[in-house]
Amino acid sequence: MFKKILIANRGEIACRVIRSARAMGIKTVAVYSDADSLALHVREADEAVHIGGAPASESYLVIDKILDAIKQTGAEAVHPGYGFLSENRAFAEALDKAGVAFIGPPAGAIEAMGDKITSKKLAAEAGVTTVPGYMGLIEDADEAVKIAGEVGYPVMIKASAGGGGKGMRVAYNDQEAREGFQSSKNEAASSFGDDRIFIEKFVTQPRHIEIQILGDKHGNLIYLGERECSIQRRNQKVIEEAPSPFLDAKTRKAMGEQAVALAKAVDYCSAGTVEFIVDGDRNFYFLEMNTRLQVEHPVTELITGVDLVEQMIRVAAGEKLTLQQKDVKLEGWAMESRVYAEDPYRGFLPSTGRLSIYRPPEEQVANGITVRNDTGVYEGGEISLFYDPMIAKLITHAPDRTQAIDAMSQALDGFRIDGIRHNIDFLGAIMGHQRFRDGNLTTAFIDEEYPEGFEGAPVSPEREKALAALGYVMMRRRLLRATQTSHILSNHEYQPDPQMAVQIGETVLSADETDDGVMLDGTPLSVATDWLPGDLFAEAEVDGQFMKVSVDALPEGYGLTGGGAMIAVQVRSMTAQALMVHMPEKTDGISDRELICPMPGVVVSVAVAEGDAVKAGQPLAVVEAMKMENILRAEKDVTIAKVLCAQGDKLAVDDVMIEFE
Amino acid sequence: MRDIIKELEERRRVARLGGGEKYIEAQHARGKLTARERIDLLLDPSSFEEIDMFVEHDGHEFGMQDKKIPGDGVVTGWGTVNGRPIYLYAKDFTVFGGSLSKAHSKKINKVQDMALRNGVPIIGILDSGGARIQEGVDALGGYAEVFQRNTLASGVIPQISMIMGPCAGGDVYSPAITDFIFMVRNTSYMFVTGPGVVKTVTNEEVTAEELGGAKVHTTKSSVADGAYDNDVEALTELRRLINFLPLSNTSGVPEQPSFDIRDRAEDALDTLVPDNPNMPYDMMELVKKVVDEGDFFEIQKDFAKNIIVGFGRIEGRSVGFVANQPMTLAGVLDSDASRKAARFVRFCDCFDIPIVTFVDVPGFLPGTSQEYGGLIKHGAKLLFAYAEATVPKITVITRKAYGGAYDVMASKHLRGDMNYAWPTAEIAVMGAKGAVEIIFRSSIGNDEEIAEHTREYEEKFLNPFVAAERGYIDEVIQPHNTRRRVARSLALLRNKELENPWKKHDNIPL
Repeated sequence: MFKKILIANRGEIACRVIRSARAMGIKTVAVYSDADSLALHVREADEAVHIGGAPASESYLVIDKILDAIKQTGAEAVHPGYGFLSENRAFAEALDKAGVAFIGPPAGAIEAMGDKITSKKLAAEAGVTTVPGYMGLIEDADEAVKIAGEVGYPVMIKASAGGGGKGMRVAYNDQEAREGFQSSKNEAASSFGDDRIFIEKFVTQPRHIEIQILGDKHGNLIYLGERECSIQRRNQKVIEEAPSPFLDAKTRKAMGEQAVALAKAVDYCSAGTVEFIVDGDRNFYFLEMNTRLQVEHPVTELITGVDLVEQMIRVAAGEKLTLQQKDVKLEGWAMESRVYAEDPYRGFLPSTGRLSIYRPPEEQVANGITVRNDTGVYEGGEISLFYDPMIAKLITHAPDRTQAIDAMSQALDGFRIDGIRHNIDFLGAIMGHQRFRDGNLTTAFIDEEYPEGFEGAPVSPEREKALAALGYVMMRRRLLRATQTSHILSNHEYQPDPQMAVQIGETVLSADETDDGVMLDGTPLSVATDWLPGDLFAEAEVDGQFMKVSVDALPEGYGLTGGGAMIAVQVRSMTAQALMVHMPEKTDGISDRELICPMPGVVVSVAVAEGDAVKAGQPLAVVEAMKMENILRAEKDVTIAKVLCAQGDKLAVDDVMIEFE
Repeated sequence: MRDIIKELEERRRVARLGGGEKYIEAQHARGKLTARERIDLLLDPSSFEEIDMFVEHDGHEFGMQDKKIPGDGVVTGWGTVNGRPIYLYAKDFTVFGGSLSKAHSKKINKVQDMALRNGVPIIGILDSGGARIQEGVDALGGYAEVFQRNTLASGVIPQISMIMGPCAGGDVYSPAITDFIFMVRNTSYMFVTGPGVVKTVTNEEVTAEELGGAKVHTTKSSVADGAYDNDVEALTELRRLINFLPLSNTSGVPEQPSFDIRDRAEDALDTLVPDNPNMPYDMMELVKKVVDEGDFFEIQKDFAKNIIVGFGRIEGRSVGFVANQPMTLAGVLDSDASRKAARFVRFCDCFDIPIVTFVDVPGFLPGTSQEYGGLIKHGAKLLFAYAEATVPKITVITRKAYGGAYDVMASKHLRGDMNYAWPTAEIAVMGAKGAVEIIFRSSIGNDEEIAEHTREYEEKFLNPFVAAERGYIDEVIQPHNTRRRVARSLALLRNKELENPWKKHDNIPL
């Protein structure tokens, strides 16, 4: 076995590999760029080598720099993680030449599967089902109709050079095929200057389901069940699970065997993934093969009990698989949520910066439920604009799907991140979404369920009541403590009136204290909580139901976040509540039609152009002052009317930089 | 006897109605509450004891003798906030537009005198059309009587002004003398001369909101210390502020049970200061992670954002925090920031509130606009304020402490009690580049030499140890232990005794 390996990656996956290596008694070497000198993977590795500038093209993607680091540290093998050099044939070959083991498949397999056309051809030859279609060029509409008929409706007519939905048409009959061919061709010509068209089967109700395979260098290959990754946003996976709620044993076996057949065809070893698209009738078609460890590998690990990273290392060292296909048992259900630095409330705008608070839920195995958090960050760390915006992968495992989902909901409720925007509410909302819970998924789930964007999960009336009760109890603690301040008029202590009003949105409830909780609009609710002012989380049992919420203090109450939504609970005296009717409607207060330079400085860059529609929070310009770069952001959604400054301009305070419409 | 009691009740009922239903409705229609509603929100329920409910004016010009309303446009008295006493007066806009008459001013004077004599804070709620013009010079005299008492009470009891409607002309100077002014957005404004006069005199067309609204006074003029969305929120937050404040300059700081851990370590603070010295970071994170329960009451948060000032608690006891904010203008000291912090430091010193200062300051802001604006004297205000302060003073230098600004920011030399530095601190006359270009003027143009000298200078001076070797820094501390260090020092300094030489009063460079 190797004594020392190098991980040619960063972030959570580098930490993940270090964890398995350490358990195997193998020393680890991390590499890092300028932006990562304080990163978690650097802290956790036994050694770390600096390999260059912050952009990956100057560090993590430079083969020679990795080779130098290997030479410097004497590492015997390299784990590439995912992304960066993980599917780079030249890298695998360079390592081979240097006599260093690549913890991954042979270079030939990487090459073969790296090309979409070749891989599809190879797959077809290996007996793997591919999307039926005609890859050759189609001359005219008549030929298009003929081919469409052969493929079988519905079909997708696609521009060869296509992308972004342009030059794509779905046809359900001859007439539509004829028309679709012509319009696709025209669009392709005008959009891409390339009017080549091909036709393939249109997959309805598509799901993304992939098979994990594992092989050694001795010709043994097995499959470790599937993962369903249908919850995607713009082809970026958001939630993955294993097994798939859709597959039956027969389909699973067929897919698994095809995946193994394909892997055999390219002499595959190590871990790999064969991705399929599956239609509503459980027909499955080959998409592509990923010749590396996948981001979502933990869900497979949790249902099979196999440590994939450990297996990859053993295979690279020449060991035989000890596991045979018949030993592979899928137990329980695993769910993975990708926690991203992006703001679901503002069109998923990416967010970067310092994690001033980073408190993930506790990792644990208890009562048959596993909570695991794979991350590459820590509180006080940074989400850099140079790399992937993933903060962590939260994974749960339970005996069945519903329990795994519930465990995930709870774990998300106990996940707190401040300093940057994140998608925890969005993930929590999906966990509570009935269609998701029913397992009725397609890759269009997010587009179909959130067509207008995300505004927080709906809150049931019961939960609203529970939050109101909890908010009331919390407010009482705040108010009672305030009465314990020194310099009180002795013998004239003030007892705050327990009768108060609780407002959530437009709803106002009356609340009063009872022995074990709250009388809310005449209904008693028991509330038990240890929460004290200052605590970031409140755990409570309200009317027998456990809940955990993240807490933000407001002047007149608390913002309670959990279950995919932040609910502002305002708790006021009856007097104050009665007077609220006279208070004017709150205006957003931002009426300014211009961006004004807040300080004297030099314009470093302008991020917008005239006519651009800009979302609140989006950067407008960067001004350098006192040698510091300050990003000026839109305070609300605006459209740019006029840009009045340019790079290099020297500005004084209050100079108008940009006018809005 | 029963009839007399009935008459009392009837008189009270009439007095409580102020200007009557019609005027109350008009007040509500403007999004404002009445004086009595405001008092109900500010004080603990049933704690209000009204004084001078039946006072009426004695004007007799312009038919005023026939128009009398008990209370005469201001409600005065005392009550408790969380059980702690305060005096207050609230102008009643429903009665003669809250205008000030001789009788009205005498009512205010009475509670001012009582508050001062009894060592209890006083709150003024302002919402008024100005002087009772029918009374002429009596109204002017009345104002001055209020100002005189405000001034004598300054530094003895906390005085806070809530601007919850119009506040113009003679009305503005009483708030201006008090310790804090808060406004309500869209329903309050303050100016010496209104838009009408402005138009006549200068031809300038401006609305009341543009001339003296909450936004103007919290961002541009710095007249106000904070603004709130409505009356309810403003008074709720005022209750919160009052709990941070002592009753008087001899009462000692308030203390409440704390739910926080006194030696709470915050590991993330070890990475707060970025590697790159030109990168900003949010000093508010340090403040919020040091104070009890993350509870911080910021003063003037929208003005001179390059410095943070406000109240927090350590181990349940009130502390004033002053901190340079690198997020804005690199945390530089300019005229506005100096004035803002100086006034806050002096407030704390008046009322025995210890001061904790977090320093990351690259110097004073250069430029003609600053120098023409009197930066020298404004900067000196902050210097003076720190130098004269005798309360416990604890300083933590997180990064830059350059030049004169190092001296000013509660340095050891200004009788700092405990002066800490993080390992990232750089205490020097200036940054490396500037220093090298002066010391090695002959090397300018030779990039290699300059780089070498810069490196040398950085190594030698851009650390806390040169200062620590001289005793200017008492201890270099781990950032994650900042709260523990500050808490221990404050505990030790509770019995600090230090007095300045006797003087009639000082002569701060105003």
